[in-house]
Amino acid sequence: MASGGGVEESKKPKLYSYWRSSCSCRVRIALNLKGLDYEYKAVNLVKGEQFSPEYLKLNPIGYVPALVDGDIVVADSFAILLYLEEKYPQHPLLPQDLQKRAINYQAANIVSSSIQPLQNLAVLKYIGEKVGPDERLPWVKCCIGNGFAALEKLLKGYAGKYATGDEVFLADLFLAPQIHAAIKRFKLDMTEFPLLSRLNEAYEELPAFQDAMPEKQPDTPVEERG
Amino acid sequence: MDSNTQASKLVLYSFWQSSCSWRVRFALNLKGLPYEYRAVNLVKGEQFSPEFEKLNPLRCVPVLVDGDFVLSDSSAILLYLEEKYLQNALLPVDPKLRAVNLQAASIISSSTQPLHMLSVLKYIEEKVGPGEKLSWAQHNIEKGFHALEKLLKGCHGKYATGEKVYMADVFLAPQIALTTLRFNIDMSKFPTLSMIYESCKALPEFQASIPERQPDAVQLSCLYPRLNSKTTFVLPLI
Repeated sequence: MASGGGVEESKKPKLYSYWRSSCSCRVRIALNLKGLDYEYKAVNLVKGEQFSPEYLKLNPIGYVPALVDGDIVVADSFAILLYLEEKYPQHPLLPQDLQKRAINYQAANIVSSSIQPLQNLAVLKYIGEKVGPDERLPWVKCCIGNGFAALEKLLKGYAGKYATGDEVFLADLFLAPQIHAAIKRFKLDMTEFPLLSRLNEAYEELPAFQDAMPEKQPDTPVEERG
Repeated sequence: MDSNTQASKLVLYSFWQSSCSWRVRFALNLKGLPYEYRAVNLVKGEQFSPEFEKLNPLRCVPVLVDGDFVLSDSSAILLYLEEKYLQNALLPVDPKLRAVNLQAASIISSSTQPLHMLSVLKYIEEKVGPGEKLSWAQHNIEKGFHALEKLLKGCHGKYATGEKVYMADVFLAPQIALTTLRFNIDMSKFPTLSMIYESCKALPEFQASIPERQPDAVQLSCLYPRLNSKTTFVLPLI
């Protein structure tokens, strides 16, 4: 959980994050699940703070999140999550079984390669400018819809209470922020996605997930707070 | 949890021109894992056949079949291979270099390649204009390459993160090979990536994985006998 006191500031991992970034949300969930106290460093993507020279030095592609842990800097949510998993083994994010691990990787990548990059700020800005502002929502709903349809098929044979069984694993950390955004921000009709709807309800019961959601971050605008 | 041999042969469903399939072919060769190649012609829409859809409802390549386990998505396949077949590790032991490899892979598989796949280019062509898709593709590829150039500057050797081939190289080499050809990327802007690519090209494992050497490759020289055998064929924008 993010805090400003307690453990000596310089020793706590620092997470560079944007409240609404689903990639940042994945890492926030992981830090909460592992009980890791961290310092929240807000990067305002709308104001372009990710392009500041200081931030580009941390993460050359200018996206969030980035994690600074001692003298190690890790950027990219997937890389950060595997780093955390290897350094802080409490509350494992991956099962022991190789095949189940692989399904977690596959579900994570459906979100991080087939859905999220096609509906991030830069892409929506381009479509808004070049095609038209009214085109953005249909585009997003199409990308998310295709990805969610794939996830429904993939997880059909594996889901239990959570995405790949009865314990929370990596796939859930990628799914929860994406489903949350689909419903809250883009008002996607979830009727066709009963499994993902059920998983979302399960995530809403978990404090580690809910505390990581966009509405509860230090940089959440007042009008968006939940 | 680990195995250096497998009881049954691996099967890879692949399309010769797919960069995602290419990554897995390269990795299988690096790990010395023999496999059966099964072609899926994406241009003819074979990924939508009932047989393929039964195997992989997600209707994409590559797909790895290991015994009775079916797995798609190149990143997932590579991590699965890395965890099951420990020979010729594709991730270094050092945590920082491991993270760099994973980040480089993500820059390509999440931040770059999805933005220039066929469906996206088709949308831009239709909605913005035919001239736009090339500049869109170039912009996003160069953005990714600039980021990789900076990311690898401090840690590269002959290869992306040192003197051995790792995951970053497995993603990088096919990406450079295909996108420079399809989208006229000026690689002189990316000296580190160019050097890494040359190192990968010298590897027999890489050479065996290139599109032209796959069983489903179509050579222009077959279609046009008067062209000499060194003619490079034009890849459709997929």
